Amino acid sequence: MTKLIIILLSAVFINNYVLAKFLGICPFLGVSKQLRSAVGMSLAVIFVMLMATAATWPIQKYLLDPHDLGYLQTIVFILVIAALVQLVEIVLKRYMPSLHESLGVYLPLITTNCAVLGVTILNIDEGYTFAEAMVNSLGSGLGFMLAMVMFSGVRSTMEGSDIPESFKGLPITLVAAAITSLSFMGFGGVIENLFS
Amino acid sequence: MLEAILTAVIPVVIIGILCGAGLVIASKVMAVKEDERLPKIRECLPGANCGACGFAGCDGYARALCEHPDTPANLCVPGADTVARQLSELLGVESAAVEKKIAVVHCSGDCTHTQDKVDYKGMESCQAAKLLYGGKGSCTYGCLGLGDCKNVCPQNAICMQDGVAHINRERCIGCGLCTRVCPNRLIDLIPDRETVVVACSNRDKGAAVRKACTSGCIGCRKCERSCPNGAVTVTDNIAVIDYNKCEDCPDFGICARSCPTGALRL
Repeated sequence: MTKLIIILLSAVFINNYVLAKFLGICPFLGVSKQLRSAVGMSLAVIFVMLMATAATWPIQKYLLDPHDLGYLQTIVFILVIAALVQLVEIVLKRYMPSLHESLGVYLPLITTNCAVLGVTILNIDEGYTFAEAMVNSLGSGLGFMLAMVMFSGVRSTMEGSDIPESFKGLPITLVAAAITSLSFMGFGGVIENLFS
Repeated sequence: MLEAILTAVIPVVIIGILCGAGLVIASKVMAVKEDERLPKIRECLPGANCGACGFAGCDGYARALCEHPDTPANLCVPGADTVARQLSELLGVESAAVEKKIAVVHCSGDCTHTQDKVDYKGMESCQAAKLLYGGKGSCTYGCLGLGDCKNVCPQNAICMQDGVAHINRERCIGCGLCTRVCPNRLIDLIPDRETVVVACSNRDKGAAVRKACTSGCIGCRKCERSCPNGAVTVTDNIAVIDYNKCEDCPDFGICARSCPTGALRL
């Protein structure tokens, strides 16, 4: 149990996918302008990360590993995740139109998001069990949400500030992202010591 | 060699086919019935997503037209008559004409007519400037000149000249977004034809207006007396034109010519 909590917390804070591993930067910069869209995107990411892990972990363990096909991991995972997201979209549209509406364009957008692929592959690389892999995916998704929500706050503050002409737009956004990720470095080593 | 390639390719192909088949089945089984008129209606609409119809963008209006038969088909202002006719043909209802409207700014207090009372260095937004003693200019009713209307205009029809918003009549589609963002409510939609516009919104007495702006309406009632149709009335120290009475004016533009300050203009 302690191990699961450690995995969850370190996925959220220390190994934050956006701010420490630099995966999923595209939506991080693209949809963090408003809190609403940032939350919508993050919910879609959490959802897809969990679904993708639930689908890819058994495939790796029971299909690829026994037949020595580990080198097909990336391509098979992409294939499965892409198909899965499409399937989920069809199902949501039919049975949960309101959720489909609120996730909106973000669901198909993250079909090939590197953070989603990264979570599934790193789950295998770390040698997690199924439960651990799911917890890690949940933590990674929550970490993504945390980063998105924090950064949308940073960006809305920047909207009203006086920025030098040459820094307007993407440059100042990247600088702000760097400083935000720097603040997360402070979490290094905290979680392990919490439980020792 | 060939065997090694096949052992890699075949599982991927099989997984691919399985995924594809699964998606095909799912999309067939769980297909959501959409009104077949919806894409056609959506095609007719201009796609400006201006919201002048009162729905959330063109998609929202199209959906409302499909789902609620009593939604009027002539709500699209940018599309005007052509779109209204196409829509009513599609839906099989009587078509009603759309009156094309354009936006006008009820202020002419540019920097040659007004003075700045403070040196404003805050956010570049009329809403923000308005909160600070009613704006930087000497007239608190007038255009703040920071371009909230310009930023919201989907057609780039508004430009700021000498601190006052100007509307390009050719580009304006009459969506009315600018009328809602202006903190002084200076912009109005009027029928798109040759008309006289009251280019002032100051409701103060004449002397106070004169002090704030040299082109403001001082409420002298010369226009009211000159109008042959009784379309112009001065209420709250400001001229108001009833455009319905204006339509067949025997002496078009007399009110503007009689205005001593130039607040009424063509």
